[in-house]
Amino acid sequence: MTPLAGYLLLSAFLFAIGLAGALTRRNAIIVLIGIELMLNAANLNFIAFWRYGANPEALTGIMFVIFAIAVAAAEAAVGLALIIAIYRHYKTTNVDEMNSLKG
Amino acid sequence: MTLSFAIIAALIIAAATAAMTLRNLVHSALAVAIAFAGLASAYLQLGAQFVGLTQILVYVGAVAILIVFAVLLTRGGEAPEKSVFSASWFWGAAIATSVFALLACAINHSFASKRALPPQPSATVEQIGQDLMTKFVLPLEVIGLLLTAALIGAVIIAMRDESPKSKIEDGGSKMDKTSGPSSILHPPSSSGGHQ
Repeated sequence: MTPLAGYLLLSAFLFAIGLAGALTRRNAIIVLIGIELMLNAANLNFIAFWRYGANPEALTGIMFVIFAIAVAAAEAAVGLALIIAIYRHYKTTNVDEMNSLKG
Repeated sequence: MTLSFAIIAALIIAAATAAMTLRNLVHSALAVAIAFAGLASAYLQLGAQFVGLTQILVYVGAVAILIVFAVLLTRGGEAPEKSVFSASWFWGAAIATSVFALLACAINHSFASKRALPPQPSATVEQIGQDLMTKFVLPLEVIGLLLTAALIGAVIIAMRDESPKSKIEDGGSKMDKTSGPSSILHPPSSSGGHQ
């Protein structure tokens, strides 16, 4: 197994773990952590392809990861603010108890 | 596949699995911080020093703390007595497993599993700064705007809103009383509305 395939497999496993957490857990905070893990798996793919792919001096992989980290930070801030607002309304953070749009 | 990669991969996989399966939310937040740190070491291992340090700064520093704050503000620190997995956990796990199987199959049959090892590319902070200020200056400005808007939006969403009933009464009947929060103003304004 080449190093690139190793990193891609690690990234795929991380994505699957995050997806499993986002789909199976009841707590909204854990769902958000799962989404963060999936974003990080994509970032690991970008860096691995930058390192082992063609034309690394263009730095596109690194730039994409830097911007993706910034977007993911904004997403985490807004997502956790939404969870806090929903908790204040429903007094729960379980996603299967939030089942009405108009509270 | 080197020993360092094996250690880093084992750390990341163990921490991510723990973060998704532990019952206590604080333990999950700690495990995910370890997973983020492991990813940062993977970036350093791949030669992307700037991204690795950014990962430590943003994820281990900021996002993990943000998650802990959210756990504490929602009182999720104590482990629930019911199951932590949703009713449809089987389908979620099946979907995740099939996604991983598909990705692993695709990776094993792609060019990635037989590609020769290229020399280590260099990505100094100077090069990254040059590119950010020349080729990627427009995305940089846009991401700054996005971050500002997102953080202001997060503060507004998470701000404690007063109930809509007292807001209507404040706006409708007592326009002259502007000092003080509406919760203090509420009893006189409602009595004034009845007279």
